[in-house]
Amino acid sequence: MADNIPEIRNYVFNFGPQHPAAHGVLRLILEVDGETIVRADPHVGLLHRATEKLAESKPFNHSIGYMDRLDYVSMMCNEHGYVLAIEKLLGITPPVRAQYIRVMFDEITRLLNHLLWLAAHSLDNGGMAVFLYCFREREDLLDCYEAASGARMHATYYRPGGVYRDLPDKMPQFQPSKWQSAKDIAELNETRQGSLLDFIWDFTERFPSRVDEYEDLLTNNRIWKQRTVDIGIISAERAIAMGFTGPMLRASGVAWDLRKKQPYEVYDKLDFDIPVGTKGDCYDRYLVRVHEMRQSNRIIRQCVEWLRKNPGPVMIDDYKIAVPPREEMKISMEAMIHHFKNMTEGYCVPEGEAYAAIEHPKGEFGVYLVSDGANKPYRLKVRAAGFPHLAGLNELIRGYMIADVVSTLSSLDIVFGEIDR
Amino acid sequence: MTDAHHLLSQIQSCIPAGIETAVIALDELTLEIQPEKLLEICLKLRDEPDFDFKMLVDVCGVDYLHYGQDDWQTQSATLTGFSRGVMQKLEQVEPAKSNRFAVVYHLLSLNKNQRIRLRVNLPDHHELMVDSVINLWPSANWYEREVFDLFGIIFKGHPDLRRILTDYGFAGHPFRKDFPLIGKVEARYDAALKSVVYEPVSIELRILEPKVIRRDNRYPDEEGASHG
Repeated sequence: MADNIPEIRNYVFNFGPQHPAAHGVLRLILEVDGETIVRADPHVGLLHRATEKLAESKPFNHSIGYMDRLDYVSMMCNEHGYVLAIEKLLGITPPVRAQYIRVMFDEITRLLNHLLWLAAHSLDNGGMAVFLYCFREREDLLDCYEAASGARMHATYYRPGGVYRDLPDKMPQFQPSKWQSAKDIAELNETRQGSLLDFIWDFTERFPSRVDEYEDLLTNNRIWKQRTVDIGIISAERAIAMGFTGPMLRASGVAWDLRKKQPYEVYDKLDFDIPVGTKGDCYDRYLVRVHEMRQSNRIIRQCVEWLRKNPGPVMIDDYKIAVPPREEMKISMEAMIHHFKNMTEGYCVPEGEAYAAIEHPKGEFGVYLVSDGANKPYRLKVRAAGFPHLAGLNELIRGYMIADVVSTLSSLDIVFGEIDR
Repeated sequence: MTDAHHLLSQIQSCIPAGIETAVIALDELTLEIQPEKLLEICLKLRDEPDFDFKMLVDVCGVDYLHYGQDDWQTQSATLTGFSRGVMQKLEQVEPAKSNRFAVVYHLLSLNKNQRIRLRVNLPDHHELMVDSVINLWPSANWYEREVFDLFGIIFKGHPDLRRILTDYGFAGHPFRKDFPLIGKVEARYDAALKSVVYEPVSIELRILEPKVIRRDNRYPDEEGASHG
């Protein structure tokens, strides 16, 4: 009779690396017992570019652009961590205006990141509409990137000692084209009549109502709640032990935010709140991030108000570190030499080691920098926020259903640019 | 943040042995720890209420093989300006540090709002092995796999020490300083064999900017005097 009993065994299969819900190039090996996940083993490294080793081979400033490409949806925040570590070793502080600009763009970046996360998260859970709405707002924010730095994504805008240049007085406008009528162009340019700050201010006026729109579609949506409530729960204690930071930790009820606890730049002068969750499930992580967007909007408005009133330098005037202004280069030999040395060899950083961390949209983004006194980093280690989050995936989804893998995975907010480095 | 000096005095009274040096630089406390005392000290740092380092933020390997070696000798040109490159160095000198590899741990305490950095220097004459801290902080799992992958340092007691970032079947430890930046093999698709084949690299390493170490008058040295 024993021959008639079918053999029951666990089933092991691949999820990715080409799955649209794998958020890039994740190969996830899932072991299932029926529909229940027994074990998940993420295989990462398919996007490994050895950014840290490349940085060891070139002068400090040449690697700022590589930082954009780590977490490629929160570009300027990556630069910020790297630049802060260099500034710590050099012992320099950027001018206050540069600090406000950095904080403003950090928060714009946080909006960019959370909007993309919300778009992808809702798409993964079956909601196409929110995806399109989020990209509408991202478009405006990427225009801010472009106006300030010249590039829509990989900005390379922050420099040790400040930012590359001051904010433009005039927001670039759409030009007439054969694809858009004069009426369309006028509509598109309606908010672009003033400076970049006016454009950002206008954005912050309408953005809260846009967040309301997303919440209308999701927060009390029955299907949304069925997909996310009580899915992928992690306790506060366990989240700390697993090295979770950022919204992942705050959703479990720990009010830990480096902007409040270890303030850098001018965060201690700004007024904002830290949203925390209670349960640590996918739904709480969604709520925390949505509320963070509202808080970021508040911070941006305070920065715009300050920046309007306080003109000033945005870069230190130590030409051993910063590049002299172009006008000066035309008339001064010394400025010319400084520019040449800065662009080729760069500057030497005193011997030592430093760890600088910022509250990145995904969590704590840390840069550990070892310098032996040369013009190149001796060792650069990027502490990516998403790395421990993905390492905790096995624990988060064990015992849940196959369908919950996608919800949980996208609630982690992972980007392989920073995890694989 | 709690003052680093205050933290150091607490540590010195609580942990009597195993700390080789303790340095405070840039408001960051760094302890150099004997490899055999690592687990004992980490346990105290995690569980003593004065320290309460409940989170392991990062584990990082460092290879000190080329530390302090530059490609280009320099000499001071003026009192205020840049020093001047005079001669390209051809021969390589002996490593500056006696211990080639180190593992660096960054710890964070959420309750006390303080950070600490631990460094374990691995003796050169032993095999590269250090105790795993995975039983103290589960987040060490992937961090230690990464250090193993990139530097070849073995973590004793780690249950699943596989490569993590490099390719399946990769040979060597790419973040070691003697591993070439251009790699060792390159891949291409061979139409005749109908598979991807690996061959030795055909490119040459170009150094676009030489590494220089300038002890300029911009930076005062330890005695506070500037270099002329």
